[in-house]
Amino acid sequence: MLKNRIIPCLDVKNGRVVKGINFIELKDAGDPVEQAKIYSDGGADEICFLDITASNENRDTIIDIVRKTAKECFVPLTVGGGVRSLQNITDLLLAGADKVSINTAAVKNIGFVKEASKKFGSQCIVVAIDVKKVSENKWEVFTHGGRNKTGINAVEFAKEVEVNGAGEILLTSMDKDGTKSGYDVDLLKAISKSTNIPVIASGGVGTLDHFYDGIVKGGASAVLAASIFHYGEFTIKDTKEYLKSKDIPVRL
Amino acid sequence: MNVTIVDYQSGNISSVINSFTEVAKAKVNLEVTSDLKKIKSSDKIVLPGQGSFKSCVDSLNSINGLVDTIKEFAIINKKPLLGICVGLQMFADVGYEEAETKGLGWISGKVSKIDNQNGKFKLPHIGWNEIEIQKESKIYKDIKNKSHMYFVHSYEFIPKDKSVISATTNYSSKIVCSVERDNLFGTQFHPEKSDQIGLKIIDNFLKL
Repeated sequence: MLKNRIIPCLDVKNGRVVKGINFIELKDAGDPVEQAKIYSDGGADEICFLDITASNENRDTIIDIVRKTAKECFVPLTVGGGVRSLQNITDLLLAGADKVSINTAAVKNIGFVKEASKKFGSQCIVVAIDVKKVSENKWEVFTHGGRNKTGINAVEFAKEVEVNGAGEILLTSMDKDGTKSGYDVDLLKAISKSTNIPVIASGGVGTLDHFYDGIVKGGASAVLAASIFHYGEFTIKDTKEYLKSKDIPVRL
Repeated sequence: MNVTIVDYQSGNISSVINSFTEVAKAKVNLEVTSDLKKIKSSDKIVLPGQGSFKSCVDSLNSINGLVDTIKEFAIINKKPLLGICVGLQMFADVGYEEAETKGLGWISGKVSKIDNQNGKFKLPHIGWNEIEIQKESKIYKDIKNKSHMYFVHSYEFIPKDKSVISATTNYSSKIVCSVERDNLFGTQFHPEKSDQIGLKIIDNFLKL
């Protein structure tokens, strides 16, 4: 039976792990390579790096981090942030990433997702969708690390990325991100029901039962979190043991 | 010992290189190349594969003499070869991803899309799943039944001769996740991404 994946996410800025609240107010949380190794040794099912400075400068920093991490971690490594050309993807994959996550560039030009999945295979193309709730059961897509509104309906966009070859959707609720009040379960449900590719839940985990809600109520295939792991409140193992005790299939 | 990872521009093979490098350390001389002479003089070869069945077959065919060389290596000289993911799938006669495409025809069978029961199961089949070992296999030495391996695929290999199947996994149906026939090994999952247990499989292959 396929297991639900637990994915720690490391938001990296200028070579350091940071974590903000609602995408701003960044705090330092350590060295990315060391952290990734700790998570991998601790049973993380995948590791995710999001380079939050990458939209502009310092691309080489993340390439170097990926290269070092890939030599020590033998679980899948996803890297996102500022990915906007086939060359960016090639560089990340050559450095040792297994998947790349595309955000702003996918919204600007859905053809890029199609091109990328054709060239590299759907298995390595994740589309990261950042959304905000606009009304009951209605969500809008945002880009540029949550700064720009697009007017695009999140459910419609999710269907479109699937048709264009994305292998997975990394879905972040910006309303919930960093708040520790739990995933936006209605959002997860809406997207996972209207697509046939795996959805990774992101944004809002504060307690272990939030993971449970993401999987059971939201229908997520994988659950991602950052601060709950970075500041040592819970380990990956705690999370998996808790989920197992609630009959959720996990790799232990 | 000389081990070659066949580099035929089949997509991302960095992780395969990293994991084999980690296991090989000083014991094994590892080459990553499509050089026919180097492949011929190897003791073992690894055939990775990412992307579609068609794109991998096309890439393999685009290098003059490569298919004949690996066939001579694995089928005629019966030296150990490990195919990973699409590398395994290409053992088949035919694949149906993108377009009907002729495979290497080493193990009779076809590669078709996983039946996801009308959307009941998500595709790709991504993540960690348990393997159910079906027969004793050299690459599963000291590997416990129901160990977790990392999968990412939407197509599956269906061999005609079921006796080649060394392990299966349960998703929407029972999926073939590895085959073994004499010196020929293939895994649908990614040992290079399957944590310490995956590295153990690589170690078993290198120790053959």
